[in-house]
Amino acid sequence: MGISIEEMNNMQLDVLKEVGNIGAGNAATALAKMLNRKIDMNVPKVEILEFREVAELLGGAEIPVCGIYFNVVGDLTGNIMFLLTLESSKLLANMLLLREENSEILDEIEQSALQEIGNILSGAYISSLTTLTGLNMKISIPSLTTDMAGAILSVPIIQYGQVGDKVLLIETEFHEGNDEIKGYFFLIPDVDSFEILLKSLGVLE
Amino acid sequence: MGEIIKVGMADLNVAKDEDVLTTLGLGSCVGVTIHDPIAKVAGMAHVMLPSSKTIRNNTNLAKFADTAILLLLEKVLKLGARRTRLVSKLAGGAQMFSFSSKNDIMKIGERNAIATKEILNELKIPISAEDTGGNFGRTIELHASTGIMLVKTIGRGTKQI
Repeated sequence: MGISIEEMNNMQLDVLKEVGNIGAGNAATALAKMLNRKIDMNVPKVEILEFREVAELLGGAEIPVCGIYFNVVGDLTGNIMFLLTLESSKLLANMLLLREENSEILDEIEQSALQEIGNILSGAYISSLTTLTGLNMKISIPSLTTDMAGAILSVPIIQYGQVGDKVLLIETEFHEGNDEIKGYFFLIPDVDSFEILLKSLGVLE
Repeated sequence: MGEIIKVGMADLNVAKDEDVLTTLGLGSCVGVTIHDPIAKVAGMAHVMLPSSKTIRNNTNLAKFADTAILLLLEKVLKLGARRTRLVSKLAGGAQMFSFSSKNDIMKIGERNAIATKEILNELKIPISAEDTGGNFGRTIELHASTGIMLVKTIGRGTKQI
């Protein structure tokens, strides 16, 4: 059976945080290139949260959010989720599509633009992880949905729930001019893959 | 007007008379309720996983369908419900993201709903209504006085079951 977040020591957690930092940094660079704009990124925060705290992250369990979800396959298996508030996802889509559109829903073009952004961000994230660990990993095509934050977050939470009662997540804020885009990355290794990940990083015997 | 009692993820609670139990943003989790219409006693659990038996770290009883329902039953009986009058309702168990893979975890919503129904059957608690499956989130409210459950969604309206 795998190792749970509660059982990890500080050094292991620090290493995972650093992995998150590097991954999110690469993702921000990729986003800047894609949008051809200067994108600032705050130092990502890596947090270990209780289930109930996770649902409150974006302002409550009923807040509409956009989630883009990927399967990770290879030496390490699991999932990546990129989560944005609906507002941020609109902003991002508008930037990419060079338009101003302010309806409450994401139309088909916006959805596909966001899937592409998710693809590039997660790809950059995974490729830095591959470089760091020497493990082979690939991501699937994205699946995107907009719904209540709690419902979307239940997906990574359940995956973490199989090994413990806490969730590890990386919070990243991107800025472009005055616009603030708040995004969250969840790297969710499968039960057995936490061990593989920690071993490849040299922090687990 | 009674109190509104929030039930978090992997959590459960009970209520009486005019009180209302609610859980927000159910995705693949299942919200299971039991209600005694005469005693006006109700309980609600927000279940994350089908079974405590296949999981090593299973100290949180409210997290699993099997242990959560047993604990919930114990709590409503303690609050004055009678076993023979209990009826159950459930909602949730959606599949939020679709992939063509056969990955077990993607079907967790369906498995949660199935496990919940199996346990209710074993306990001989009849299921009077359910709103499960699909690919969307739900917020539910159960009124302890009437046993009426409201299921709210984004973009799909609210329904009463």
